Amino acid sequence: MPENTIESYNIKRLDILNEKGEADEALMPPLSDEQIKEIYELLVLCRTFDHRALNLQREGRIGTYASILGQEASQVASAFALEKADWAFPSFREMGVYIARGYPPYMLFQYWSGDERGLKTPEDLNVFPVCIPVGTHLPHASGAAMAAKYRKDKVASAVYFGDGGTSEGDFHEALNFAGVFKAPVIFVCQNNQWAISVPRERQTAAKTLAQKAVAYGFEGIQVDGNDVFAVYKATKDAVDKAKNGEGPTLIECYTYRMSDHTTADDASRYRQKEEIEKWKEKDPILRLELFMEKKGMLTDEYRNKVGEDAKKKVDEAVKTAESVEPPQPPDMIKFTYEEPTERQQRELRDF
Amino acid sequence: MPRMNMVQAINLALKQEMARDDSVIVMGEDVGRDGGVFRVTEGLLEKFGPERVMDTPLSESGIVGTAIGMAAYGLKPVAEIQFMGFIYPALDQIFSHASRLRSRSRGRYNCPLVVRTPYGAGIRAPEIHSESTEALFCHMPGIKVVVPSTPSTAKGLLISAIRDPDPVVFLESTRVYRQIKEDVDEEEYAVPLGKARIARAGKEVTLVAWGSMLHRCLKATEGMDAEVIDLMTLSPFDEETLYKSAKKTGRVVIVHEAPKTCGVGGEISASLAEDAMLYLKAPIMRVTGYDAVIPLPKLEDYYMPTVGRIKKAVGEVMKY
Repeated sequence: MPENTIESYNIKRLDILNEKGEADEALMPPLSDEQIKEIYELLVLCRTFDHRALNLQREGRIGTYASILGQEASQVASAFALEKADWAFPSFREMGVYIARGYPPYMLFQYWSGDERGLKTPEDLNVFPVCIPVGTHLPHASGAAMAAKYRKDKVASAVYFGDGGTSEGDFHEALNFAGVFKAPVIFVCQNNQWAISVPRERQTAAKTLAQKAVAYGFEGIQVDGNDVFAVYKATKDAVDKAKNGEGPTLIECYTYRMSDHTTADDASRYRQKEEIEKWKEKDPILRLELFMEKKGMLTDEYRNKVGEDAKKKVDEAVKTAESVEPPQPPDMIKFTYEEPTERQQRELRDF
Repeated sequence: MPRMNMVQAINLALKQEMARDDSVIVMGEDVGRDGGVFRVTEGLLEKFGPERVMDTPLSESGIVGTAIGMAAYGLKPVAEIQFMGFIYPALDQIFSHASRLRSRSRGRYNCPLVVRTPYGAGIRAPEIHSESTEALFCHMPGIKVVVPSTPSTAKGLLISAIRDPDPVVFLESTRVYRQIKEDVDEEEYAVPLGKARIARAGKEVTLVAWGSMLHRCLKATEGMDAEVIDLMTLSPFDEETLYKSAKKTGRVVIVHEAPKTCGVGGEISASLAEDAMLYLKAPIMRVTGYDAVIPLPKLEDYYMPTVGRIKKAVGEVMKY
């Protein structure tokens, strides 16, 4: 009786744009200059939003906030590859996904200031509200994708989570369902190396997170998460594949959480400054700027305008968020069920 | 009207709702080819096909979690958890998401999901197959909890649960499944959620029960002028019907097979104490399962409230 290898696997890693702003032309996705500019403008808007959110938290104007600093490319470029009708399921460190999908930034500030109304997704968008419990939203994306498939809608779901999320049981159950039912879903894992203070090596002994897809019978790919072109291409390919009935994909965006876990955290307690310095060189916006400079797409005038526009948008968003009437106490009861129960109706009389 | 047991009545409700509305889908372990371990979903796969009757992986959190995504997308999934004791891995999905999606999104998304699961002791099953932990679900705002006690109410309640825009945990007594047969209307009909049913009217004492315990209450009070209330929906429960009955009889006995501490009986008792105290002639009594792990078959008959224990409690309150 021989002993044979019955299956073997290769895990691909995709890099297109390096730190010097040089792109591998053979791998470049077909993005127009206008689209590249759009991505750049979104990246700047997200960073400006993030910076402002951190300041607002320090000033006591919003509550605890989870920064996306360093992860803008993973979020913006993947969301950019989705179409309007596609569904996104973000976790809590995904302001870039919301903004890239066209979610009004003022509502995000409203949410982080402690007002649920900020999570009432506008009717023309399909973005789920922020999911706080780690990894538990992955099955929702598989389910929505199964529903889209049942309805024969050309709609994909994309779900966002981190390296820590891959250790949760629902990661397994969601990927397993997606594989079994060939659901049109894209699992976008931002491996930002840290789950609060626990390094990626403590989440799994596997060499990559991408390879976990293999066990569920579909493709996993690792991409440079700070490279907008690699993230975009991998996501676009996965979305096309999903809509062609070829099932799910797991994308591991290899990136880094430049900031503390949240404003309630102090990352200097558990990680070295040198590590952060090293990742600064890999900044996603910096390398896109270098690329655009080489292509003659980034004049000083344009760059300043993008910065100013972003600042203006964020200023306006803060102003709008802070001028919204505070929520009314009955709101906390009114949205429990479609109709308040008799007991709730009596409770409402307290207000 | 044909005579049916609860399995057949629930099966008919599923068939009718699936025929009426193509957004209704059934999913769970063994619900397709096998027709469910209790045969509740028998024949559905043949009639509606594998796209609507999905045999899923053995994965309770995955079943409820994906059903939540489907519900938000616009389907009306009816997810089966094979036994209530297996639902615990899905509690995170039910508590952290199904119950909150409407609130979290301020009404943009809702979760019209039904989680059906057989509950209760009395069928000589292994451990974790006899749970009656309905109180856990009643404590979580955003969920409705329904427990039918008869075939005809089971059919109408399930139809209401499927049509309800909010998540419903639907508990089916394994003991009752095949124990009782009665006339069940073949036409579609809905029994409203949140309303109790007076199973037998009376003036001297009120008994409140649901699921399998209703039948023991009826038996224990044969020949008495007792009012037996079938609560049917445990959350939100019909306070008005309970209040009126308590006011009329002045004596209340609540019977459930779940343990006493923090059981639904405690909530009903406290509500009546708040609202109807001045009409009561006797202390409110509870006859319940013991504060113990539900035993294996050799002791399970001692665990559940018996007709004798119910009679004794009724006798106690009748002394006042």
